[in-house]
Parts: sequence; structure tokens; C-alpha cells
Amino acid sequence: MWRARDADPAAWDLLLHPRTLDLFTRTATLAVAVTAVGAVVAVPLAWLTVASDLPGRRLWTVALCLPLAVPSYISGYVLLAAFGDGGLLDRWGWPRPDVYGFSGAVLALTASTFPLMFLSCRAALASQDPSLVEAARALGRPPGLALAAVSWPPLARARGSSGLVVAFYVLSDFGAVSLLQYDTFSRAIYMQLEGAFDRSLAALWSLALVAPALALLVLSAVAARRGPQARAGRAATRRPRPVALGPWTAPALGGCALIVAAAVGLPVAVIGWWAAQGGRGGALLDPALTSLTIAAVTAVVTVVGSLPLGYLAARSPSPAARLLERVSYAAYALPPIVVALSLVSFGIHVASFAYGTLAMLVFAHVVRFGPLALGTSKGGFAALSPRLGEAAASLGRAPLAVATRVALPLLRADLAAGAALVFLSVMKELPATLLLGPIGLDTLPRRIWTAAGDGNFAAAASPALVLIALSSLGVALTLRHERAAEQAA
Amino acid sequence: MSSRSAAPRRLVGASASAVPVASFVSGALVVLAALALAACGQRSADPAGPLVVYSGRNEAMIAPLVEQFRAAHGVAVEVRYGETAQLAALLLEEGARTPADVFLSQDAGALGALARAGRLAALPQAVLDRVPDPRFRSPDGRWVGTSGRARVLAYDTRALTRAELPTSVRALTEPAWKGRVGWAPTNASFQGFVTAFRLLEGDAAAAAWLRAMKANQPRVYKNNLAIVEALARGEIAVGLVNHYYVHAAAKGRSEPLPVANHHFAKDDPGALINVAGIGVLAGSARPAKAQAFIEFLLGAEAQRHVADETHEYPLVPGAPPPAGLRPIAEVGSPTIDLSRLDALQDTVRLLQRAGIL
Repeated sequence: MWRARDADPAAWDLLLHPRTLDLFTRTATLAVAVTAVGAVVAVPLAWLTVASDLPGRRLWTVALCLPLAVPSYISGYVLLAAFGDGGLLDRWGWPRPDVYGFSGAVLALTASTFPLMFLSCRAALASQDPSLVEAARALGRPPGLALAAVSWPPLARARGSSGLVVAFYVLSDFGAVSLLQYDTFSRAIYMQLEGAFDRSLAALWSLALVAPALALLVLSAVAARRGPQARAGRAATRRPRPVALGPWTAPALGGCALIVAAAVGLPVAVIGWWAAQGGRGGALLDPALTSLTIAAVTAVVTVVGSLPLGYLAARSPSPAARLLERVSYAAYALPPIVVALSLVSFGIHVASFAYGTLAMLVFAHVVRFGPLALGTSKGGFAALSPRLGEAAASLGRAPLAVATRVALPLLRADLAAGAALVFLSVMKELPATLLLGPIGLDTLPRRIWTAAGDGNFAAAASPALVLIALSSLGVALTLRHERAAEQAA
Repeated sequence: MSSRSAAPRRLVGASASAVPVASFVSGALVVLAALALAACGQRSADPAGPLVVYSGRNEAMIAPLVEQFRAAHGVAVEVRYGETAQLAALLLEEGARTPADVFLSQDAGALGALARAGRLAALPQAVLDRVPDPRFRSPDGRWVGTSGRARVLAYDTRALTRAELPTSVRALTEPAWKGRVGWAPTNASFQGFVTAFRLLEGDAAAAAWLRAMKANQPRVYKNNLAIVEALARGEIAVGLVNHYYVHAAAKGRSEPLPVANHHFAKDDPGALINVAGIGVLAGSARPAKAQAFIEFLLGAEAQRHVADETHEYPLVPGAPPPAGLRPIAEVGSPTIDLSRLDALQDTVRLLQRAGIL
């Protein structure tokens, strides 16, 4: 960040240019739109897969997470191949939406980010005490209303923190907006770095990007003032009785199928078509194992690291704790390349012993994807009654035992969701891997990038398919923890 | 009473299931520590260590060359692949502590930026002399071109004939081309061309041309390949690209690509030839190996490989041009010092003021 001081005065001039304000408005509008549309999609899906008797809930859950595993250049390509000029619909002479500019950017970014909100909302619903709903119903509320009244606060909290993450993702995104030709701050920063090798100006603009991000954070802090809702007296969650969908089963299934088809089916079909063109893929075992290991290790480290911060954020009234939490979010709002370069600077000067090692790369991933786990951890702690720990302590349990025996099991759903989010994000991560990883580190996204950069989409297909398959396996495994917790109860 | 007896049982059940979580966590941390240790100590300024190359050029093209070099010279090589501009930013950020010995760049601009920052060492005259055309190497001897890329106007052969195409890039501002031109303003090659335009015709002329182009509603693309693909889809009629992208796009297709290259007239800024090049990092601990690697890349074998694989122009005398291409001497690239194309700063500012970036 201190890089910004080196920027010459003319740069400040440009910062005050009317275009900057225009970029500001465009970026903010996009972030708000994507978050809003994402919430509309994610909340009903989360409810359906947690609280209803929708057939194949487990399968739908994994499928609905997968858009996170599709690299953005693939989803962008798919959107253009389907709806762009000269795309499929155009060739068939069908009417098609205008995907260039704002609407296309909203569509593409919503498709790739709604799982962030979906998983968080799911975790919030899954870890909610069903007795609350039952109590509301016992008090004479009709089932739907009872559910709405009781589920709303934790859902709102989950939406708040994950919505923030989505908004930040939009701020930092470069791939989709550049493909769909919608100008944002992030695109301007990339141009400074890529076109002008100007790290000072890029840093300055990054600071300008952090400003609206901080504004969003303040807003979210205000929203979070609402009182917490803790579980009722019981020491464990138990499986709620699913709400029967009855005649609504078919439309619900249809809705899920439509979203999965659009956000997952289409990209997979396109990749499959590339694969059918026949390309030499090369052995994929090594890069697959490398990707898996890094993603799994990062997911665990990030979730463990998020526990103390999440606890502080949910419990401590001190402004310092709140500030610490907020600042950790900022890294997610910055373009990945800016974060990577600042970590290069940190690594080579401060932590040179670790520079160029896997540990450094994992550290970079933790810094960048930390907010994903922090949001879910915080949500989990907020829903956990402090009385529970106090009760355990009064029964003579040591603090560590209270944490591992009482808190951890109850936080499982939230931690599993956080781990899944980090895992999926790391699986497809590219810029930090290229710049900060050990030289020669071979991962699946790197294989895809190399083949696509060579214009060889057929060769990009097999690593892309393996990436998506492994990602779904990882999500299924992670979410098993959530299920195990429910069964244990 | 019943609830009191239920609670302890739940806690026991919970503690049993917490054990795997704890062991999983500690297991992962052990793995991480092992990985970190395994990766430690491989970085050194040892002259006997492997040659470290940062490559902004694609692995598919460079890896076979590196393998040949390793086999021929018995020198171990480690390559970090990435986007040229990001690697240049990485090298600037790493400064004197960089582990890199050699930087292979997609364009002269990134090499110029590094040279300006004092990050490139002077090359021996014998290496520079391999590329006799002074347009294709650094005048102060900091980098040398390895292959050439001509700027062309690619066109949709279904929509246009060669006779209908303009002789100058300036003509693209005419009403006949409204909404029919594709360009990639963020692309380094395009910005290199605009820089050449500025240096040849002056800032005012370049700015006027850019504004007139913008008024003519060109379609914006991410890169050259996207432009050629858009041409193949019939989205646009002509596009400003590098010559080899037409070849690259045709490679994987079953049916012939309806796109061809058109060269602008001699000395037109639109006919610029830019180069991919290579330089040695200042303070490299392995300069002899670095020099051997550069000499290998400028050898007949490697030059032919580049021409075959990428369809780029070899720059060493005697190496034949890629099949089906006009010889490099007949492409009328304007006489311009490519080292000055590192002044991308002002070009970007010009593009920003014109509202294009």
C-alpha cells in the first residue's frame, strides 16, 4: 500500500478525473445488483436443501456449490458461446438477451458467486435449533410463518456476511467484466499493471477501491447490531422434521434443475464438447494431487485460523476486535494480482526464509480467502449460546475441553461450509500460484491456463473436467461433516 | 429430570466425534510443515545451481526448447511461467533479491520497463550480433529479440475481398468501418502499436486517431485470439491483431477458418513489427549459463522451432520464415526504435484521456 506514495502527481489528477467517479458508480451498482440477485437465488435454495423434503437434497447441495469450481474464463466463454454475437442462439436465429455490459456482467458474476451465499445460508439454517420453530408453531403460528419468523434472523446474518463477500468478489473480479466489456475499478487497476507496469498508480487505485469496501463494511457493522439469536437450552442440534413440499415438489425440483443446468450443466457441456474435439491432455495425476493437497491444507488452516477471529468478532464488544475482523475482509476486495504482489514484497523482505515455498503460497491463500471462513465462523459463534460454555465450565470442564467438546461439535455445519468455500476457491486459484508458488509447481488451473493460452481448448478440457470432478468430491466430503453432526445429535 | 440425564450423554457423543476433527487438523499441519521443509533451501545464489528462467511466453512453446537445451548443455533449468506483465511486476517487486537469472518476455515493452529500472545486465556483443537488424534489439544492449510479430488487419474472407481493404490503419476511422472493427485496447501488442503511432506521427495525431476510432464504435475484445474468433463468428469484419493469431485459431479447427491477414502499406504505423525478447537480470549469479541459454534460443534449431510452433518470424539471418508468410523483409515495418516502445505510460494516459481505457 505504501506503493501508492510513489505515484506521481499526475496520477492524483487522474484519480480526480470525472471518469473515476463514473467507474465508482459502475462498480458499486454492479456489486449491489449481483449481491441482490444472488440473495434471491441462494436463500430459497438453501431453505429447500436444508429444511424441506426435496428429493435428492444432498445431490442438489453439491451440484449447487459447483459453480464455484468453474474457472471464470470458462463461464465467461460459455456465456458468450451461448448468448454472444455469433453464439448458439444467434446462429439459430432465436431472440437472445444482450449479454455485453451490465446485464451480462450481473448474470455471469451471479452465476459464479451465488454458491457463496447458498453455503453460508445453508450453514445458518442447518445449525439452527429446530425447537425454536417448533416453539413458534406450538404458540399457534402457521408453519410457514413460524419458519419465516424464526429463520429470518440467522438467515439475515448469513446473508449479511456472505453478501459482503459476494460484493467484495465483484469489486475484485477482472475476468468476467473484461470478457463482457463492463468497466469497473478492478479492470482499471489491471490496465495500469498490465499495460503500463505502473505499480504505483495501480496501488493508488487499489486504495481507491478499498474506500467503498470500507464503506460497505461500516454498513454491515451497523446491520450486525441486531441482537444475536442463540440456540435454546439443548446442547446439540438435532435433525429438524423436514417441511413437506407436497404439490410444490415439482416446481422446486424444476427450479433447482434450471439453476444447476445453467450454472453447472452448460459449462460442463461446453468442456465436454472441447474434450470431444480430441486433445492430448498429458498425465494429470500429479497436478491433481498437488491441487487437492494445497486446497485441503489451506481449507483446514484457514478454518482453524478463523476460529479465534470469528469468536472475537461474534462475542467481543471491543472496537479493536471489530476492526481486526473488518480489515481482514479488505484483502478479498482487492484484485488477486495486487494482493499477490504485496505478499511478494512482504515475503522477499520480511519472510525471505519462506519465500518461494509452498508455505508462502498457502499463507497467501489464507490471507486472500480468510474472509470466506471468517464469515461462517462468526455466524456459527453468534448462534452459539454463551450460556452453554458457561454451563460446561461450571461443571468443571477446562476451557480447552469446553472448546473442543462443546463448541466445536456445534459449530460443525458452519466450519464445514467455510472449509468448502475455501477449498473450492483455492482449487481454481491461478495468479498467486503462478507468482508465489515454488517454481515448477504444477496445478490443474495452471494446466488449463497453459492450454487455453495456447488456444488449445481441447487440451484444456481434461484438466478442467478433473478440476470440477475433484471439486465436487471435496465439497461432498466436507459437507459430510455437517451431516455427521446432525446424525450424532 | 429427563433432560438432565440426556445432556451428559450428548456431550460424550460429541467428544467422540471431536477426536477425528482434531487429528485431521494436526495431520494437515504436519503435512504442511513437511511440505514447507521440503521446499526450503532450494533457493540459492549458487553459480552451480540451476538456471532460473521467468517466462512470459507459453509453456507449450518454451518447455520443449528448455528440454533440448538441458539435453545439449547439461544445464538444469527451472522455469516460472506467467503472464509477461505480471512477471515484470514480480521482478520489479523482487528487485535485487530475485532468484531469476533470465526473463523471457512476450514484448519489448516489459523488457524496456525492466531495463529502465536498472534490472537488466548488459549483454555481450557476440550475443547481440546474432540479430543484426538494429530495430529488433536494445540499442544499449540490455535485451535482444528472439522472434518477430507483425501487426496486421485480419479480415472475414466471407464478407470482404483483399481489394476492399485499406492501405493504412488511419482509414479505419471512415464511416464504411463503423461498428465493424475489433480491437483489444488492454492488449500489450495493441498498446505497443499505439505507442509506435505516437512516436511516428506525434501525440496529437495519435489522440485524434484514437478519438475518431472510438467514435466509429469498434468492438472491444480481451485479446487477439478473441478478435480472430469473433471474425470467424462473423461478429466483426476486420480486426487489429498480430499476424500469427490467424494461424493459431485455424490450428484446432476441422473446417477452414474464414479469416486472413492483410498487411498495411510500407511504413504505416499499422504495419509495425514488434518482438518477443530476452534479457539477463542484473546481479545474476549464473551469467555464463544465461548467455548459453540466449545463444541457444538464437540458434538455427530453436529459431526453426519457434517459426513452426508459433508462426512467428525468426530474427536470425538464414532462418526461413514460417510457411505461407510474406518474408519479413517485405513487410513494411516502420523504422522505429522498439526500445522506445517502453514508454507505454504516456500511451496508456492517452488511451485513458480518450476514454478507451
